[in-house]
Amino acid sequence: MSSVLSSKPILYSYFRSSCSWRVRIALALKGIEYEYRPVNLIKAGGEQHSENFKNLNPLEKVPALVINGHTLTQSLAIINYLDEEYPQNKLLPVDPLMKAQVNIVANAIACDIQPIQNLVVLQYVGDEKKAEWGKYWITKGFTGLEKLLSTTAGKYCVGDSVTVADLCLVPQVYNANRFKVDMAEFPLISRINQALCQLEAFQISHPDNQPDSPQH
Amino acid sequence: MYIDYRLKQPILYSYFRSSCSWRVRIALALKGIEYEYRPVNLIKAGGEQHSENFKNLNPLEKVPALVINGHTLTQSLAIINYLDEEYPQNKLLPVDPLMKAQVNIVANAIACDIQPIQNLVVLQYVGDEKKAEWGKYWITKGFTGLEKLLSTTAGKYCVGDSVTVADLCLVPQVYNANRFKVDMAEFPLISRINQALCQLEAFQISHPDNQPDSPQH
Repeated sequence: MSSVLSSKPILYSYFRSSCSWRVRIALALKGIEYEYRPVNLIKAGGEQHSENFKNLNPLEKVPALVINGHTLTQSLAIINYLDEEYPQNKLLPVDPLMKAQVNIVANAIACDIQPIQNLVVLQYVGDEKKAEWGKYWITKGFTGLEKLLSTTAGKYCVGDSVTVADLCLVPQVYNANRFKVDMAEFPLISRINQALCQLEAFQISHPDNQPDSPQH
Repeated sequence: MYIDYRLKQPILYSYFRSSCSWRVRIALALKGIEYEYRPVNLIKAGGEQHSENFKNLNPLEKVPALVINGHTLTQSLAIINYLDEEYPQNKLLPVDPLMKAQVNIVANAIACDIQPIQNLVVLQYVGDEKKAEWGKYWITKGFTGLEKLLSTTAGKYCVGDSVTVADLCLVPQVYNANRFKVDMAEFPLISRINQALCQLEAFQISHPDNQPDSPQH
């Protein structure tokens, strides 16, 4: 049984999944090596719906992280767990009010924006309408987020340290660009995103640099 | 002028039927925190959440918002986490990191994967003709996975035998499921847990029917 605890964590991920990317950033920031297992969300009806994967995650979504003998899902739950068990480069402040600010920004993305433009919703909305749908909901969410960040941001989303909020922001800006959101309307989000994208952890975890990225 | 914010009652901006507001109302009830209720009518006159006053309070133009200890907090899960740290009676999150992760997984399976897709703003965008089908579809889909997830975590409640954040998310979502005529017979575990939670006083006093802005008042 000890071999289970000493083996590398396994991350089930799709290169372009926002939620998988958040977890990849956290793992990179904390220097946690892991085995990458790609789950192609599109091919053959989507590998996330296979019997094997359903057994791993009945919610049929990525990411899933197998770590310390347990399978964790839901990116924010995974990141919170990692932050507690691997405290290097803390992603949540200790002070309850500062922590609340970080959670507010993170949830303003992870609850209010990303789920509405997630793949399953786009598939339901249909090919004709999905571009307009994605652009609309991200623009709407970013409009409020830009104002919120004006009350919290320093170098990054909340103050001057990288937090969970930043892990949520960068993948969402990537999606905004995919959906041709006019980022000129969001100078603060853009500035913060640019600063974060300079950091190594955000680069090595980028969708272009994964084992299942298309150019490979 | 020094104001001791700890002496002022918290103020909760809430709509009686808002799932996210209800979650926070349950937390406040469980922890015995008295507060002033300020209703925000999400429908009337284009929605009071879009007023200049409310936008200044919450630029995201949503409820709930909780003014507490001199600060304004939004996002129900962020509020609940804060309350759980500052008011530790009736802890809503386990201390053990893995148990806490399980609670967060279930809570997020509702708060990220289901509720946002059937939230009011999305229903308004989808339009009156399609919103009933839309709401029913997304809650049914979400509950299908949730039923299986809960079979690995549930005791008396969503995760083990204590009330946690996961339960605060579940009950309002089941209420919505019933509004959208989801066939709850497909979800016996969710139904059983929901029924047990609805017996608890905190879930009753925070119920949409019992708020200052509930329609019968």
